[in-house]
Amino acid sequence: MTALAVQNLCKSFGGLRVTTNVNLAVEPGERRLIIGPNGAGKTTLFNLITGEIAPDSGAVLLFDREITRLATRKRAHLGMARTYQIITLFARDTILHNATLALLGLSTLRWNPLVALHRQQHLTAQARAALERVGLHDIADRPLAETSYGEKRRVEIAMALAQNPKVLLLDEPFAGLSIDERRDVRELLRRIPRDVTVVMIEHDMDTALDLADRITLLHFGEVVVEGTRAEVVADPRTREVYLGE
Amino acid sequence: MTGRRIAIVVAIIGLVIVPYVITEVYYVNIASQILLYAIFALGLNVLVGYAGLVSLGHAGLFGVASYAVAYLLAAGFGHAVAIPAAIGIGLLATAVFAALALRASGISFIMITLALGEIIWGLAYRWISVTHGDNGINVTTRPAPFGLPLSSARGFYDATLIIFLLAVASSAIFVRSPLGAALCGTRDQPRRMNALGFHVWMIRFMAFMFSGLLTSISGILFVYYNEFISPQALALTASAEGLLMVISGGAGTLLGPVVGAALVVIVKNVVSGLRFTVLSPMGFADLVKFVLNGLFQHWNFLLGAIFVAIVVFMPEGLVPGSVRLARAAWRTANRSKSARPAAAAPPAPVAEQKR
Repeated sequence: MTALAVQNLCKSFGGLRVTTNVNLAVEPGERRLIIGPNGAGKTTLFNLITGEIAPDSGAVLLFDREITRLATRKRAHLGMARTYQIITLFARDTILHNATLALLGLSTLRWNPLVALHRQQHLTAQARAALERVGLHDIADRPLAETSYGEKRRVEIAMALAQNPKVLLLDEPFAGLSIDERRDVRELLRRIPRDVTVVMIEHDMDTALDLADRITLLHFGEVVVEGTRAEVVADPRTREVYLGE
Repeated sequence: MTGRRIAIVVAIIGLVIVPYVITEVYYVNIASQILLYAIFALGLNVLVGYAGLVSLGHAGLFGVASYAVAYLLAAGFGHAVAIPAAIGIGLLATAVFAALALRASGISFIMITLALGEIIWGLAYRWISVTHGDNGINVTTRPAPFGLPLSSARGFYDATLIIFLLAVASSAIFVRSPLGAALCGTRDQPRRMNALGFHVWMIRFMAFMFSGLLTSISGILFVYYNEFISPQALALTASAEGLLMVISGGAGTLLGPVVGAALVVIVKNVVSGLRFTVLSPMGFADLVKFVLNGLFQHWNFLLGAIFVAIVVFMPEGLVPGSVRLARAAWRTANRSKSARPAAAAPPAPVAEQKR
């Protein structure tokens, strides 16, 4: 059984082919790194997997269940969570409220128009626990607008982890971080339990190499190389794509 | 928390005694009008403020319920039938409205609601067999629930106040609820909400229905208040006025739409009736009065000037804007007061202020 499988996935924007016959098979518990230069179609692939964009052809399977045409929100309920490369958070609210919304998304409580959200002790406690996992519990009540970029990145990850996903998609979790912050995030990702399958996009090859079990190199929407860390690093095509011309 | 509760109790007592303080029927009626438009604005605010969806067709929804109740009463039905039926018809119209308009957001949403509002206005104007066109429909009686007649200005005010308080309370409960939080989430990050497992369309649809309920109720109150309905009440200017109430008072706040409704109704009805006597050989004071008279007469112009001032000085609206200015004033007052003893005293009071 594969946790996440992508079969012959294609997507064009007008005449531009951004995803061409992409195949992926990610095992349960695997750490998969998807690398590739700018414009390789990494984020588009994520958007196809989460359903935010519909593919032209091909299939997406989550634990052998076909989800190609399933609504994005339903995929979340099946255990798929993602973060965004461009911070996509609720800037008017506190960190705690952001985490609470992530939990609310999977709770039937989200349809309730009568009770007060802030009185839902159970939900709030869970949100605080989720923030503790990323080391943000001390500033949980701070408005998001008053936090640093590195903290926002961690909120992104906390929200995805709060949902207890089976498959976690991380879109450039290190983007824009300082060296210290990168170390913190790397430590954080290393602590994710093995019952979570992690697929991670990185633009930079070296940043997340040590976190990955297998690596897929994407270039112009196509899978160029796939294999273990050593195989991909040693492959001459990798050098060609990254060092170029 | 307790301070807030005291403020709420004081506000309710203040609203209850309004007809005892200003006994003149004309002003009691103005107060009723403010309250019924405040219900309309609260309904619109659910969409504009909390859902981030600007509707320019709400007067159409307001009109559907208005015409429904007027038509049913004119056809001989009692109030007990006409009122719930009109709310039902209003909600049905809202559902159709929402299903069509929620295909889009942003500018497209505004344009669809504008078009839908105009269609309903057109129906009111041209579907003469039902609406009597320009002549409108007269309503001859007001209901008397529990034996309390609404025919007097004071009786009508009391009934409107009760419905208004229910509208405020239901809005407050909704906004603090998980569904309300989800709605605000769809306003700020619809994409993220979708990825988190929320049904963005359905959340917006439910908000639209709640908005439509408050709008229908205000439409029915409007018919009973005027004992008459004509296409004018559904025109685009009425939708725009509702929007101005919400935005000028402060979209996305509970009090804002109420303050905005009061502002618009007062300028429209009270200020427009003011006149200074100007003596024929004009002094400077007379010149000022002359200009003011012109402004009062052309109240649209005055309202426009007020809105420009609000947009310039308090772009977030009167209520949040005043809170911001009051806080800033409070802070500067405290700072200048504590400037000298601060050197001797420990920084504890500063930390206190921040909280």
